[in-house]
Amino acid sequence: MRSAGCWRPSASLQVLQARARMLARIRAFFDARGAWEVETPLFAAACASDPHLQAIRLADSPWGPRYWQTSPEAHMKRLLAAGSGAIYQIYRAARAGERGRFHHPEFTLLEWYRPGFDHRALMVEVDALLRALLIEGPQLGLTETLTYRDAFQRHAGLDPFVVDAAQCRAQLAAAGVGLSAGAADLDRDGWLDLVMTHCVAPHLGRAGPCFITDYPASQAAMARLLPGEPQVAARFELYLHGLELANGYHELSDEPEQRARIAGDLAWRAAHGLPPVPVDEALLAALAAGLPDCAGVALGVDRLVMIATDASDIDAVLAFPVERA
Amino acid sequence: MAIYSTNEFKGGLKVMLDGDPCSILENEFVKPGKGQAFNRVKFRNLKTGRVIERTFKSGDTIESADVVEVEMQFLYSDADSWHFMVTDTFEQHAATPAAVGESAKWIKPEDLCTVMLYNNMPLSVTPPNFVVLRIAETDPGMRGDTASGGGKPATLETGAVVRVPLFVEQGELIKADTRTGEYVSRVKE
Repeated sequence: MRSAGCWRPSASLQVLQARARMLARIRAFFDARGAWEVETPLFAAACASDPHLQAIRLADSPWGPRYWQTSPEAHMKRLLAAGSGAIYQIYRAARAGERGRFHHPEFTLLEWYRPGFDHRALMVEVDALLRALLIEGPQLGLTETLTYRDAFQRHAGLDPFVVDAAQCRAQLAAAGVGLSAGAADLDRDGWLDLVMTHCVAPHLGRAGPCFITDYPASQAAMARLLPGEPQVAARFELYLHGLELANGYHELSDEPEQRARIAGDLAWRAAHGLPPVPVDEALLAALAAGLPDCAGVALGVDRLVMIATDASDIDAVLAFPVERA
Repeated sequence: MAIYSTNEFKGGLKVMLDGDPCSILENEFVKPGKGQAFNRVKFRNLKTGRVIERTFKSGDTIESADVVEVEMQFLYSDADSWHFMVTDTFEQHAATPAAVGESAKWIKPEDLCTVMLYNNMPLSVTPPNFVVLRIAETDPGMRGDTASGGGKPATLETGAVVRVPLFVEQGELIKADTRTGEYVSRVKE
């Protein structure tokens, strides 16, 4: 399926030109809205601790251990703490082991931050951006917003805040999903991810953009928790045509809480035999110095180009996928 | 026995699943941005032909199946076996009628087939893509009818039934495509 040794690009020049127009529209959108473009390092001494993101480690770095960043989040937060105001970046992130029809180990992220916004205000801007970018494809339907709980109840008949592994297993079996023996040691969030990817996500955003909000606190990542509702995270995702396009937070700015979450990630990594990663002390120092109240989001540009050009494989929107790079 | 991790899964890989040899048909990587990665894999059970879908946690492993495909010449069949031979070593293998399956209606002695061996036992037999066979029985064509849309069933010497053009007659040789079961052309003797 994926052939090596071919010099030609895997995307057509027409698609690559559509991609170029998309990048130009992104810059015009933020230019008109007063956010400025920044560039942050590809390689850094620390990386995200997220247990499900594996940063690629440079084997031969002249500066000691260096990790290709899985997103520009840490460095952009350091800029925000330094007083940057609203910023955006078109960044080439990399994640080890991610390869498939919708995944490529290096990929283009559009990431931006809005001081003074909460996640709800940022969702409005994400929707406006999407409509400004997808002007070449078919007309987008109305935007829908569902909580994570409502999405699970609608498409899987489960309440993700109370469900246990056995109920997830039963629902997956009813949906005809066969599981390998290795599924037995999934944790609770692993089971929720299984239900999300197999039963829920394929139905999301079929007519128009669909925002999923109010994630369980166990999946908060770098989002703050809702005031008065510590079981719910101020996190959202955007789905279109069943495809996950963006992930955003009302950003956690509390340094001790961030440090505790990193410690939790490192413990999970150790328990699951994953390599340890260095704690990002520079990010923690920036939070301690004061991250302005802000919301931020990362959007997958390759997938957006896939939707704009009606591509069913990410290779159709990349000039040179990894196998022929 | 080799062990394969999900990131090595690709179409055609032969692996053991639930104690049976299987061939991987499709491997789809699914992962929420911030969540656990999975591989949704479609397998064909090489014993039953049935398609099975199974989801793995990415990074999980599976044992390889001792399955090889070997070109062999079909020798003869008797009451309970079909006999094949590797032509350069003269090594012989007896396949059950179940392993030969639908291929039985296409092959005759001396044809070169692909025999899939599992633990050195024939698991399935694939006939050549194209075979030349004599028509054992078909109705006489209507004289002067040259319309190509028609056609009639013809039973070949090995038992397969294919649709042939009306002008093709009993006793003639034809070339057929065993993958589609369709007539290709008449063959001059």
